[in-house]
Amino acid sequence: MIERMTIADELAGLALFADLSSAQLEGVAHLFDEGWFPSGERILRQGLTGSGFYLVLDGEVAIRQGDRELARLGRGDFFGDISALLGEPPVADVVALGPVRCLHLAATELRDALVAYPTVLFRMLVEQTRRLRNAERWQR
Amino acid sequence: MAALGEASGGRDERPFPPGEYPLVVVGSGPGAIQVSYALGRLGVRHAVLSADPAPGGMFRRFPFFQRLLSWTKPYAPAERGSRAYERYDWNSLLADEPEHRSLMPGLMDGASYFPSRPEMERNLRLFAERTGVRIRHDCRWERTRLEGEGEDRTIVLETSDGEYRCSTAVIAVGVAEPYKPATPGIELVPHYVDTRPATSYRDRRVFIIGKQNSGFELASGLLQEARSIVLASPSPARLSVVTHSLVGIRARYVQPYEDHVLGGGVAVLEAAIERIERDGEAFRVVTRPSRGGDPVTFEADDVIAATGFVTPLLDLPSLGVATFGQSRLPAQTPFWESATVPGIFFAGTISQGAAGLKKHGLPANSGAVHGARYNARVLARRIAETRFGVPRARPALASSDVLPFVATELRHAPELFHQRAYLARVVSFEPATGIGDDGVVPLAWFLDSGGPDALAVTIEANGEGAFYPVLYARRDGAVTEHPLPGDELLGFDGPEHRRAIADVLAGFGIAADPEAGMADSGGRAAVAAGPAISSRPEAPAS
Repeated sequence: MIERMTIADELAGLALFADLSSAQLEGVAHLFDEGWFPSGERILRQGLTGSGFYLVLDGEVAIRQGDRELARLGRGDFFGDISALLGEPPVADVVALGPVRCLHLAATELRDALVAYPTVLFRMLVEQTRRLRNAERWQR
Repeated sequence: MAALGEASGGRDERPFPPGEYPLVVVGSGPGAIQVSYALGRLGVRHAVLSADPAPGGMFRRFPFFQRLLSWTKPYAPAERGSRAYERYDWNSLLADEPEHRSLMPGLMDGASYFPSRPEMERNLRLFAERTGVRIRHDCRWERTRLEGEGEDRTIVLETSDGEYRCSTAVIAVGVAEPYKPATPGIELVPHYVDTRPATSYRDRRVFIIGKQNSGFELASGLLQEARSIVLASPSPARLSVVTHSLVGIRARYVQPYEDHVLGGGVAVLEAAIERIERDGEAFRVVTRPSRGGDPVTFEADDVIAATGFVTPLLDLPSLGVATFGQSRLPAQTPFWESATVPGIFFAGTISQGAAGLKKHGLPANSGAVHGARYNARVLARRIAETRFGVPRARPALASSDVLPFVATELRHAPELFHQRAYLARVVSFEPATGIGDDGVVPLAWFLDSGGPDALAVTIEANGEGAFYPVLYARRDGAVTEHPLPGDELLGFDGPEHRRAIADVLAGFGIAADPEAGMADSGGRAAVAAGPAISSRPEAPAS
């Protein structure tokens, strides 16, 4: 038998999922695929269709447009939600800064997941509101 | 043709005695056989080692109920042995020589278009025998050492027969090690691999942990024997006919699901397994419904953990090979090299660790023979070129040939069809050497590697039932995406496709005639062309 931390255990430590019961965490964990990206690899590609929603488990990513870095995200942060929800290609690259471990959810499954777990939706909304407030800083 | 390996000698008739080799392949399933074949044809000397006594890998024992999930159509709209036939034959390995292609249909007894497990095992063994792929069987890889650094690094594979030293290793041992989660009491119950003969479950209450294909395979096989069947895992069961991919329960195993939805007695539950307890000769399985509520306890005469498999990498993680996911797949570059330990490559089902773009959430088919066989061929070419100096062929194309070439690839190329949005055919436009066919490469590598102006040709799917070609045009370092019309008969080379290809080629300064080399398109109906999408949109980020 292999003893190791499950994805549900990892999700339990992230703010986005703080309101879920252990059984709900198990259910959410099984929705995601896990991915691993070496340093420098693009996780989201600007302008290409069919991308999805990502949640960072380990490591750090940069959001870039060309040579311009817009922001950095780390453990517990998410990206790809806007293009996934709007059905539009991402408007920036997301690049791994060092090894990055992520969870991935297809855009088509994100809506169902958020409807099924409205507390996660609420916490995502709060985080997006915070990012919107900080957006002016990105424009400089 | 290059020699495939070392001469044997002495009383031990097996090839590849311990020693130093340029490259060592570990495994003897379809992935190992395919990559060994391709390396041999490229002239890369190598050894092949396997703990098993004969070729076949997982197919020497599984599927448990002895018939595959992957079809081979004996009668298809393409001639056996042709490239186009590979679209319909998911189980034969790939050969350059016509007489070695499409072996699978010739070995099937006609009872089903899903080969039996013994037929598949015979297919693999016959391919190895006929093509001269030699394997040192009963030679178990046990430990690994890394000696030296950089280009001088030596990989030392310690085996039951002795040490093998090489600069390049290809690990193709399958995702084959039974996995059980850390559920209290799970040690009391067998894994899928230890399932007993079906009749031994007659008139018994069976609880199956897991709702993937292995769980549903067991439930299908036990429908006529078991008194009751419960399948449980935290997330909803997904069906391949709904996901439009190999993700989900394949149609062959859906019968227990229909039994469940029609109230026949099979229960398919969304619940976490909290613990398993002994109750005399029986078991109690305590579950917690995923949507909340009190725990629910089931009594069962038999409990089976159909909880999947992990990758048997032995000590590679301790040497720095990063792994991820429940299957403990090694993290890989787009060309299937360990992302953290150069020189160690992966073939076969392990190659699914290089996930690619997963556009629209759809994975490549690298976890199945009909996907992994193409990965292995591309991998061999990459290894030969980058590690052994074997020059890559780049056939020249006249500008008037490009459109017919692209259209033909879209219609017939099996690697594009089976590895959608994952493998791409590339035509490059180099100022010094002209237009050339760069062959098949991973799409992710094309998108991220940069390079001369080039066109990557793929077939993709949107997860909602549509298949369509996509062209990626790289000009001055920027890539634009051009979805082409779909086609109800999956031809992709009709008049609308050719006009769309011509439009994209015009961006490279090529004035292509859409009707050049055009064959009868058979009255196919083109649907839903998409607009070009720039990889450099002008809209600001949010």
